[in-house]
Amino acid sequence: MIRYTIGRLTSLCLSLLVASMVIFAVVEVVPGDPAAYMLGVNARPDTVAALRTELGLDVSKPERYLAWTTGMLSGDFGQSYTYRTPVSQMILDRVWVSVPLALFALTLTILIAFPAGIYAASRRGRAGDMTVMGATQFGVAVPNFWFAMILVLIFAIKLRWFSAGGFPGWENGLFTGLKALLLPAIALALPQAAILARVMRSSLLDMLNEDFIRTARAKGLNRRQALWRHAVRNALIPVLTIIGLQFSFLLAGGIVIEQVFFLPGLGRLIFQAISSRDLIVVESVVMLLVFLVIVVNFAVDLAYALVDPRLRTRS
Amino acid sequence: MSLLSIQDLTLSIGTYPILHDVSLTVAPGEIVAITGESGSGKSMTAFATMGLLPARATTTGRILLEGTDLLALSEAEMCKVRGRQIGMVFQEPMTALNPVQTIGAQVAETIRIHEGVSKDDALAQARAMLNRVGLPEDRFPLGRYPHELSGGQRQRVVIAMAIALRPKLLIADEPTTALDVTTQAHILDLLKDLTQEFGMGLLMITHDLAVVADMADRIVVMQHGRVVETGKTADLFRAMQHPYTKALFAASAHKVTLPVAPPPQALLEVKNVVRSYRQPRKGVFGPRPEMQAVRNVSFTLNRGERLGLVGESGCGKSTLTRAILGLEPVQSGSITLGGAPVWTDSRANLDVRRQMQVVFQDPYGSFNPRHRVRRLITEPFHLLSDPPTGEARTQKIAQALTDVGLTPADADKYIHEFSGGQRQRIAIARALINDPALIVFDEAVSALDVSVRAQVLDLLAELCRKRPLSYLFISHDLSVVRTITDRVMVMQAGEIVEQGPTEQVFSDPQHPYTRTLLAAAPQLPDMKKNADAS
Repeated sequence: MIRYTIGRLTSLCLSLLVASMVIFAVVEVVPGDPAAYMLGVNARPDTVAALRTELGLDVSKPERYLAWTTGMLSGDFGQSYTYRTPVSQMILDRVWVSVPLALFALTLTILIAFPAGIYAASRRGRAGDMTVMGATQFGVAVPNFWFAMILVLIFAIKLRWFSAGGFPGWENGLFTGLKALLLPAIALALPQAAILARVMRSSLLDMLNEDFIRTARAKGLNRRQALWRHAVRNALIPVLTIIGLQFSFLLAGGIVIEQVFFLPGLGRLIFQAISSRDLIVVESVVMLLVFLVIVVNFAVDLAYALVDPRLRTRS
Repeated sequence: MSLLSIQDLTLSIGTYPILHDVSLTVAPGEIVAITGESGSGKSMTAFATMGLLPARATTTGRILLEGTDLLALSEAEMCKVRGRQIGMVFQEPMTALNPVQTIGAQVAETIRIHEGVSKDDALAQARAMLNRVGLPEDRFPLGRYPHELSGGQRQRVVIAMAIALRPKLLIADEPTTALDVTTQAHILDLLKDLTQEFGMGLLMITHDLAVVADMADRIVVMQHGRVVETGKTADLFRAMQHPYTKALFAASAHKVTLPVAPPPQALLEVKNVVRSYRQPRKGVFGPRPEMQAVRNVSFTLNRGERLGLVGESGCGKSTLTRAILGLEPVQSGSITLGGAPVWTDSRANLDVRRQMQVVFQDPYGSFNPRHRVRRLITEPFHLLSDPPTGEARTQKIAQALTDVGLTPADADKYIHEFSGGQRQRIAIARALINDPALIVFDEAVSALDVSVRAQVLDLLAELCRKRPLSYLFISHDLSVVRTITDRVMVMQAGEIVEQGPTEQVFSDPQHPYTRTLLAAAPQLPDMKKNADAS
């Protein structure tokens, strides 16, 4: 297990290193002069030159890469050109919305998908299975912003239980924060839950056909016991893969939902930064997202090893 | 009173009849074997007794366990019988255990769901059972996972699970079919001992008459869902009544006569071949240890010679085969076919490779189900620089199919339209269509029923008479190798420990390992001797 963890950690660090190089190359090197690009076509040469100095573009590229990465390691992401504030502060504000939102949505996804998938698998071909499969088909087909609008119409406008958008901040209490994130989290979670439930169901059905389920039944376990004690944990292995992918999507892909609910999240930040050509912000946010995704994949790898003892001995 | 009494059991799945009026009994301490070929209904009889039938199965008749009709019990009542009063052991030890649970937890589970004992007590009992089945604590602690055990060891765990509560009846469904002969002998001994020690009835299902002959007190022969003959083992072997029993016995002991091999002229030459694999590092920075799968193997296969290769799983047979076929490079040594190397300059030599064809074990898995037979058997044509086209191609296909006992019209069918034996004939047709210099049969008859196996062996002998066929026949089944090869090699732990004329090696084995193998292989009783004795 220790060797497996060390192996995964090494791969994590290498991925981060490669990702930082790619991002740096794409954003800073490829399109030519970032300063000219940020200022637009009509900028005066002396303004461009001033910006170049300000951004530290007058030193060599390797030196800039080194300054950028070491800066990030010590928490210094540079200054936003458009907002004239430290990027780290902007990111920090947004991270406290996006990460809780993604985690919240993921929790809901799992809470909906696991019971639905297990229920459908245990009633294969019967009415319960058909109902779940029909519902998940619908969930997969409908985009999440449509769910978002319906939720707003019902719970914010009609029933007035929730506000239709905005985020009051965590300083007003955990409950207030979670309440503000509930509708967006549900809207994000529903399509993901539909996908995950289908994966869970088919993975479980595969497991129920395995020989060891027959062995379990021969020991005297009833169907239900065989399913819960022997099939579910084995079925988790493919499900974990999907959960890892879904978290990445929920983190960065929440932009449409953030727009619908006026949430100050990372998705909106990067969207605004791209529109205003604020390359410093773009580069830092992308790097942060990459970091989070890689860390999540690392967590998924560790979860695999917890579920499957065969991975612990193999390297 | 008998322990188990199956009376007029009739079973159908949907509208498809599976069993007709099956009746048999098992007494306490008695070993009863059900034998027959695939589709005879022997496994279904076992599953009906366990109450583990497919959802659409309907049954009539009675299955009495000490007077209680199991067919009349509810599912909840049946759950109390399974594991408690009837234990079951399965064919595939590799997949019969849950891969993510320790062996201790899996054995203890049988105890915990039936008895209201604490986890520690259940684990202690599980420990005792594992010791009893030959998995001592120092080498097999309860925390081991199935993937850390070999097939035979896993089968012992399955047995421990099945007998943990000392059931009255143990059902073993082909318990040793997936195991090597020496492992098989140990498992059969264990089952025999347990039956005596616990006074259990053992209902054993097997297709292998030789296993049955050694083991069972009584034999039940099934065909097409009916019991065709039943009797005490010795009596049944002495005086078989039903033609099917006789046919089954004859097919199991089937012998073919090969034409005399031509004078030796080397075709395949294997010299000092070493194939090793690098294993994962033991420490983080340690060196990667090497595992030698094939160690310094040398042999020659002559033109027109039928050479056998026997050995147990993991002995290096498959690795050697892949090297011969040029699918993998070797670390040292040389392999040449007709003087040309199989592998040149880190690349497989295609000129040589096209002169070799292979027939695999799985007659279904080795074909693309979406292609017609015409396309399947002409696959080797792509190796030729000038493959036959048009009429010549049709002729070749018709010839190849006729040679293996099929008709030219079969060319337009799909593989699912054929039986297992016919599929293996198609595989042979595919191997023959290019007239290769060498054919490799890799466990080619191991998955076939005995009667079909006998037919395929006849076909091979007939092909040998028609044309000079040189082949390497790899099998774990010693009786098949004995009849279908001129010379045989015995492989153990990557080395060829003995080779020589087949009859000589089998009748007078020199190496201790060969002797062990031959002693472990279950033997059919000699009909003549039995007849003389009576």
